[in-house]
Amino acid sequence: MHADQGKVIDRVRDILKRCDWLVLGIPVILTIIGILTIYSATRSVIEPRQPSFYLRQTIWLILGMVTMFSVSLFDYRVLKRFSILIYSVSIGLLLLTLVVGHPGMGAQRWLKMGNLSFQPTEIFRVAMIVSLASYLSGRPSPLGTGRTLTALCFFGFIPATILYLQPDLGSALMILGLVVSMLLIKGLTKRVLVAALAVVLIAIPVGGERVWNGLKEYQRNRLVAFINPEVDPTGIGYQIKQSKITIGSGRVFGKGYLQGTQGPLRFLPERHTDFIFSVFAEEWGFVGSLFLLILYGALLLRGLEIALHSKDEFGYLIATGISVMFLAYSGINLGMTMGLMPVVGIPLPFFSYGGTALLANFICIGLLNNIKMRRFELFY
Amino acid sequence: MTRIRTLRTLTIVCITVLSIFLLRLWQLQIIKGEEFYRKSIRNRVRVFRIPAPRGILYDRNGVKLVKNVPYYIVSLLPDVSAEKLDIEGLSRLIDLPEGEILRKLKQAGNHSLEPIRLKGGLDFDEVAEIEARRSDFPGLIIETEVSRYYNFGQTGAHVIGYLGWPTPEQLLQEDVTEDTMVGRWGAEAMFDRQLRGTPGMKIVEVDALGRQLRTLRTIQPQKGEDLYLSIDIKTQLVAERAFQGNSGAALALRPSTGEVLALVSLPSFDPNLFIKGIDREQWEKLSRHPGHPLLNRVFQSQYPPGSVFKLITAIAAMEEGLANRNTSIVCKGYTEVGIWRFGCWKEEGHGLVDMKRAIVESCDVYFYELGRLTGIDRIAKYAYALGLGRPSGTGLSPERSGLVPTTAWKLRTKGKPWYLGETFNAAIGQGYVTVTPAQAALLISAIANGGTVYRPQLLKDADPEVISKVILKPATLRVLRESLWGVVNGPQGTGRRAHSDRIDIAGKTGTAQVVAYTDRDRKHIPRDHAWFVAYAPYSQPEIALSVFVEHGGGGGEVAAPIAKEIIETYLEGGPGVYTVSQNSEGPGYAR
Repeated sequence: MHADQGKVIDRVRDILKRCDWLVLGIPVILTIIGILTIYSATRSVIEPRQPSFYLRQTIWLILGMVTMFSVSLFDYRVLKRFSILIYSVSIGLLLLTLVVGHPGMGAQRWLKMGNLSFQPTEIFRVAMIVSLASYLSGRPSPLGTGRTLTALCFFGFIPATILYLQPDLGSALMILGLVVSMLLIKGLTKRVLVAALAVVLIAIPVGGERVWNGLKEYQRNRLVAFINPEVDPTGIGYQIKQSKITIGSGRVFGKGYLQGTQGPLRFLPERHTDFIFSVFAEEWGFVGSLFLLILYGALLLRGLEIALHSKDEFGYLIATGISVMFLAYSGINLGMTMGLMPVVGIPLPFFSYGGTALLANFICIGLLNNIKMRRFELFY
Repeated sequence: MTRIRTLRTLTIVCITVLSIFLLRLWQLQIIKGEEFYRKSIRNRVRVFRIPAPRGILYDRNGVKLVKNVPYYIVSLLPDVSAEKLDIEGLSRLIDLPEGEILRKLKQAGNHSLEPIRLKGGLDFDEVAEIEARRSDFPGLIIETEVSRYYNFGQTGAHVIGYLGWPTPEQLLQEDVTEDTMVGRWGAEAMFDRQLRGTPGMKIVEVDALGRQLRTLRTIQPQKGEDLYLSIDIKTQLVAERAFQGNSGAALALRPSTGEVLALVSLPSFDPNLFIKGIDREQWEKLSRHPGHPLLNRVFQSQYPPGSVFKLITAIAAMEEGLANRNTSIVCKGYTEVGIWRFGCWKEEGHGLVDMKRAIVESCDVYFYELGRLTGIDRIAKYAYALGLGRPSGTGLSPERSGLVPTTAWKLRTKGKPWYLGETFNAAIGQGYVTVTPAQAALLISAIANGGTVYRPQLLKDADPEVISKVILKPATLRVLRESLWGVVNGPQGTGRRAHSDRIDIAGKTGTAQVVAYTDRDRKHIPRDHAWFVAYAPYSQPEIALSVFVEHGGGGGEVAAPIAKEIIETYLEGGPGVYTVSQNSEGPGYAR
């Protein structure tokens, strides 16, 4: 009994010692800054009560941290055994949104369990990375044509179709992009690459118009507004304009915490979700934004470093996939707020309000940490 | 080693992306930071004008002539408005074409801090309806401006005037914006500066829905100055009524100061029409009206003065020492110059007439002879000195200057020498000579006060301003006044219809001959214009006036009774009611 207790303490100490505190710490810091910014962005000006977004996000943060540590505890290689199960369940949840989904913002993205709303899409992207990594690891590189197409269909087109039907075009494209990225990371044959290039070149003139016509009105408007913000069919250009004003008005040192006006006075739409960075940049200026970019940069580079030193290909693919995903999400979101990209509903990891996304991202961090911890455990 | 190559590529991608963001942030926050900062302030700050209450106009006895009333305007807050506006619904709500709304939004652009005004002159029902539906149109607000209600409608409209949107010249003045209502006519325009006051400002923080959150700063407006006009509204009312629908003009002055006691120009208009923002149709109707209601006839019309001018001829002759009260001639009904024959209005002639009788009975032949004696240039000298032939400079409206002909004038304008016959015509106020009703009033006022021409003033107790002064000999004044008394009160007087049992009135009739023409339908045959100038009370003049009735026929018939009513109302109707002194015995004539 006594000896057992000592063993457990030793084991915990061992685990804690081997944790990568940089990769665990940065997301927590980002989330805390995010919560403070959500508080500022949604603070009430004439409404009697402050919306409780910041409180809910705090609860999700605690939940996320627990999950993050839990995911660090077991050896990630176990996941390889369960990857088919994981993938099936997450696809199932995705399908479920189509059947019993709760509409929100014009799309069925939510599953409701009692008081809890849940976005399966966010969980799916983690499950997809793990399962695809499992599928690809151990196979010869470059990947053959048949395997490439199988992976592309199974992990890419099927979920993308479901997401497109929700409809959530942004996430569908993100998933497809992620799958393609991971296939590229694994390595593809020249034949496949040439074929893909040819398909794209043919598809653009032939299918371009059909895709354009197939887009929803608001999706088209977003593109038009991005290309020419002065033409503003439904106020998308207004969003971009206001976001730029918000960021720019922070100048060098910012207006100060809780001194921003663009968010609370509602000039900035989606102030606590997609455009949360603008609110931060308004209050903390160039200096604060620089600090935030450094945090994201450090996280991304740490993720790639973990990938480099990962012990097996499975870990390597997961770590790279996660890093690419973070890069894509933060890159698209920040680019959008700064007016460098069209407006797509992609949240900023750890920063934007959104519980499921936060949880999913913390799972990713847990996986990264897990991979880092076990890089020397050759005989584990 | 593909792992290293892949990860190196990804690292480069990461760093590139972050660098691009850094550059972009540098551009947005440091290079353009100030610009965006200003834009963020412009987003949340709105400036609302607080109109200054306009000074109130009173009449000389403190009767309120105007009332300040709110003028409701429906406006859209800038920036917020253009985004998600249901233009079609808005167009229906405020009853303004969509194109007009869009034009106004475009015109205001994106740089306005102040609300964009869509439509003014709303009534209560419209305001209530818009207020009720405001939640459907974020950014829609109701603004108010100060406007007027004219308590007496068309009475005194040409004196009081009206408000309207500023002219290009007025826009150059301080505190005048396109949205400010300013005086456009009458005293409202003349004293606009004093009446207007200084508008205040409310600087307000708003959110994206246009809801006002808090006031950042308020600058209180300063009320305009209240003014007491010199007119007596009761006299004004009676005067306008006394015209009984005729077109014409009247100007009543206080002889000792030049204060305007009543100013009539008929037909008139209701200034309240202009307040709601007169529409094109109404404007056309007013401006095309054959009676020209927008014309201030007192200053803007000129006519031959007829026999009123004989007073000038008499003054010139007596002051030049060429005639006195005893100068007599025989009127046989006409006089001759070469082959031309100049008739008297009384064809059978007046017989032997002296100065007084000539004025009382308005003998033309007598004044032909005085004219022959004095000559046109000397007559013109006195006419000019008594306020004729030049604008009075009152400033109430544009003014015509009338015409006092001279030999030099004729040579200059017509290139021909002056003929004696023209002197004859001028001596009895016909021919070239013309006066405005204002000038006729100045003339009689000067006779009443002993020879001083005061500039007509519109404010009560204003400092008198002397335009010119003729020091008339006491003998001249005496004979003139006695004659004028006789015109109204003598048995042969041409102005007997101005006789009052209660007040001693002195006056002179005049008839401006109109070249008669026969209408094909024989419908509108113009009749002569009627003049009457008068002052009262005879012994101590308090009021001097001219009355002009268009196509009124003989001056004694139509114009004289009007003058009488005005005088009686003013002298008996005001505070400290004037009673006729028992001693004011008529000079020389039995009643």
